[in-house]
Amino acid sequence: MFQHDRLNNEITLFQKIKNLDYILLISVILLSLLSVFVMYSTDGGEILFHTKNHFVKLAVFFPLMIFVAFFNIKFWHNFSYIIYFIVILLLIYVSFFGIKSSGSQRWMDLYLFVLQPSELMKVAIIMCLAKYYHRLKIENVNSFTSITIVLSIIIIPVIFVIAQPDLGTSILIALSGLIILWLGGMKIKYFIYSFITFLISLPFIISFLKPYQKLRILTFLDPDRDPLGAGYQIIQSKIAIGSGGLNGKGFLKGTQSYLDFLPEKHTDFIFTLFSEEFGFIGSVGLLILYSIIIFRIVRIGAISRSNFARLFCFGYAFAIFIYIVVNLSMVLGLLPIVGSPLPIMSYGGSSMLATMIGFGIVLSAKINHKQMIA
Amino acid sequence: MIKSNSGIRKTDVINRRMFIIGAAKVLVFAGIIARLFSLQINENKKYLTLSDKNRIREWKLPPTRGNIVDYFGNIIAGNLKVYQLHIIPEQVENFNYLLVRLKNLLNLSDKRIAKINKLKSELKPWDSIIVSENLSWSQFVKINNYLYDLVGIKPVMTISRNYPFNDVYTHVLGYVSQPNEQEILENETIQERFVPGMKIGKLGLEKRLENHLIGTNAIQRYEVNAYGKRINQLEHQKGEQGSKIRLTVDTEIQKACGELLNEKAGSISVMDIYTGDIIAMYSSPSYNPNLFLFGISQDEWQLIRNNPLKPLINKTLSGLYSPGSTIKPIVALSALENNVIDTKFKVKCTGKMELYGQTFHCWKEKGHGWVSLKNAMKQSCDTYFYEVARLLGVDRLNITAEKFGLGKKVLGDYFDIEKKGLFPSTKWKKNNLGKGWVLGETLITGIGQGYIQTTPLQLCMMTAQIANGGFAVKPKIIVDSNPISYEDAKQSMESGLLFDTDSEKLLDKKLFKNQKNIEIVQEAMFASTNERFGTSYKSRIDDPKYQFAGKTGTSQVKRISKRERELDLELEQIPYKDRDHALYVAYGPYVNPRYALSIIVEHGGSGSKAAAPIAKKLFKLIIDRHDLRNKQSNFERITV
Repeated sequence: MFQHDRLNNEITLFQKIKNLDYILLISVILLSLLSVFVMYSTDGGEILFHTKNHFVKLAVFFPLMIFVAFFNIKFWHNFSYIIYFIVILLLIYVSFFGIKSSGSQRWMDLYLFVLQPSELMKVAIIMCLAKYYHRLKIENVNSFTSITIVLSIIIIPVIFVIAQPDLGTSILIALSGLIILWLGGMKIKYFIYSFITFLISLPFIISFLKPYQKLRILTFLDPDRDPLGAGYQIIQSKIAIGSGGLNGKGFLKGTQSYLDFLPEKHTDFIFTLFSEEFGFIGSVGLLILYSIIIFRIVRIGAISRSNFARLFCFGYAFAIFIYIVVNLSMVLGLLPIVGSPLPIMSYGGSSMLATMIGFGIVLSAKINHKQMIA
Repeated sequence: MIKSNSGIRKTDVINRRMFIIGAAKVLVFAGIIARLFSLQINENKKYLTLSDKNRIREWKLPPTRGNIVDYFGNIIAGNLKVYQLHIIPEQVENFNYLLVRLKNLLNLSDKRIAKINKLKSELKPWDSIIVSENLSWSQFVKINNYLYDLVGIKPVMTISRNYPFNDVYTHVLGYVSQPNEQEILENETIQERFVPGMKIGKLGLEKRLENHLIGTNAIQRYEVNAYGKRINQLEHQKGEQGSKIRLTVDTEIQKACGELLNEKAGSISVMDIYTGDIIAMYSSPSYNPNLFLFGISQDEWQLIRNNPLKPLINKTLSGLYSPGSTIKPIVALSALENNVIDTKFKVKCTGKMELYGQTFHCWKEKGHGWVSLKNAMKQSCDTYFYEVARLLGVDRLNITAEKFGLGKKVLGDYFDIEKKGLFPSTKWKKNNLGKGWVLGETLITGIGQGYIQTTPLQLCMMTAQIANGGFAVKPKIIVDSNPISYEDAKQSMESGLLFDTDSEKLLDKKLFKNQKNIEIVQEAMFASTNERFGTSYKSRIDDPKYQFAGKTGTSQVKRISKRERELDLELEQIPYKDRDHALYVAYGPYVNPRYALSIIVEHGGSGSKAAAPIAKKLFKLIIDRHDLRNKQSNFERITV
């Protein structure tokens, strides 16, 4: 016991740097650089607003990630609940005083930049549940009390985010939470039952959806029903990706984006532009880069001594995976359009902040992978 | 230890479950890659096409119309560069300032300014607004001088129809102007090639030959953005100019016709008696077709429309006139052919003829005394022809007249305004008026009055067919793919056969039973012009090179009352509307004839005074140009 404690306390800055996961770090740097170039392309081959801002955000948040990594994983464990509650408070704050934009109220003005607390919740919920399951005895995982608590932890932020309204983010938060429940050992039959219940109640859920959300689902089922209206985004996105072919049209030569046929090309549809310009090879390459990042995070989880770090890494790896899947499925026309950014690639400060904090905690787990947490 | 055990157990659970998730992740990523593969590799072509369809837009430019040339290749309907002024609103810094400047520079009306403002609000900011369709050169220069100050304007050169001879060919060619919706819908070719600002034929050959003249659109391909704004030009596909069309007309003669009929209402037609080529076809007064190109102003339109000489009516083709005495050669021929009379047949003219209590007057109150065919024709004795018509009967006369082209369209369906005219018969009257034929009507038909109605072109063709020895000609105004030479036409005719280019067969086009009868009529017409006491003797040309034979006609526009007959007023004393139409038909040269013509001067008085002198002036020119025309015949063969 003593030895462990000594080890934990005496880790030096040099050792911390040495213990960083360089494959993960390099992958993130590559992804960041790539995202700057793609952003440059969305600006039509000029360094304009989006490119500049994206770069500045990377320049701020990347060191923040390292900064986060240098805190002991134990520190993040200790503050998990507090962080979760702070983000809940922020969600409550925006639901009353948030900035409204295009019909939803999900941002708060921090003078330097506009924060979207729901993005932070994507990470905070994983931290919170990881800590809960870390501390929960395996015997109690399926007890009524613990299930009630974990479901509350998930449902409270989800309700706030749905109310903004922001269906995409709330789904991602829910999925990020549920994966910890899964990893924590909740009975598989509960997942099966609730999935069946979900399917049965789907018609009722749909009846509660806002008209534009229903429209998106209808559009997803048949994009051609209104090609210039609701189906426009998905059709143009498929055209852009499909026309990219094997090698793509070349950097800065994506006609669909250059000529403004692509909607939301800076944010949710960034992959469309990338895929149009870099083709199948580029797209698979990007997926491989993402896979490396996910794999490294999983690996860090697997070597971690503490279950908190393990749960966080596995959960966060899954979250990254699910963001990618939801975003790509959306732009590829496999899922209805729900707003969801592609990690790092998409323009958006809060999403990048949350992602970088997440990576930071993962790196902290790597640096302190031998750390036991009581 | 228990704690540690449960810790290990928990780790196992987590790891096991992570493994399941890991497998699921691989599957899902594989699925996404499969989707990417299907979009980017399998369906790449489809999406590339769609992407091009998105970004490439075609702009059709107005096609360039084919030229119309006269027989000698002179352009009579061509194309001219015109200077236009466009505004591109998005480039304009201060729109109101620009409009004020342009208003001063170009003298734009307030109405036009209002229209520009209206267009500006309707169009996209990068769509150009046409300020002026046809700037004069001086305006164009002025604008170019001030370009530095007029930000957002674009001087543009484009092509527009032009009629270099102004009003000379209006009734032949018609004119072009902006089409209306119905005109676009009616013609598939126009529909397909229509571009805003394009002009189409509204009248005449411009309209009839639209599909040949129209040409194909030049196409510009541009890359556009999602809002339809042009980003850059990808390709320019040249259009083909419409077919060139060569007419049989001779501009010099056509122009001369215009001058001879200056300030008169009337018509002149000139025809090659063998080939049927129309050498000239002029309806007076005419109007300038160039006025219609950019929209005629209300004032100019009213001026044309309200002109009492009715310039809008094509008198050659749709003016219906009583032929008067110009019908007499046909009456004589019909009587000869039906053996009703011979050259020795004589009638005593006492100045009038009584029939069933009705008096039929000869134009010469004192009468002509005993007259034979030749003298009757020469002096245009009405009494003689009353008697001949009475003996002949209207139905036999009708057969001959229709053979020679009366009561039928001359140019087929080239001009939809052409009228058929009318040559009456007993059957016609019964069917159309429901009344029986009266013998008195036969008499007045014999001098070209009554129901009979002819167009000037019909009279010209009738004369041509007498002049060529009694053979049918096929009149034409467009040089066809296989033009028959003058000699060939003459030869085939004299052999009694006519080569019909439509059916490509030699057809028997003899219009007579006995060629001698034609010669008798020809001699009579010669006498009328070239012998003393002939009605057009004063207009004769003695030089055999130009010598022509003809027949005058004076057609009454209203019944002459007894009182008026006694007054015998001078032309100037009669109100314009009541004056007789002056007619003259002729052919020449008398030896080896080549051309026939018909002249009508509306309300011009007597044929011998108002119409025949025109023929004298015209024949010199026509014959002088014959050699030139003959040399030209193989000049260029242009297909329609």
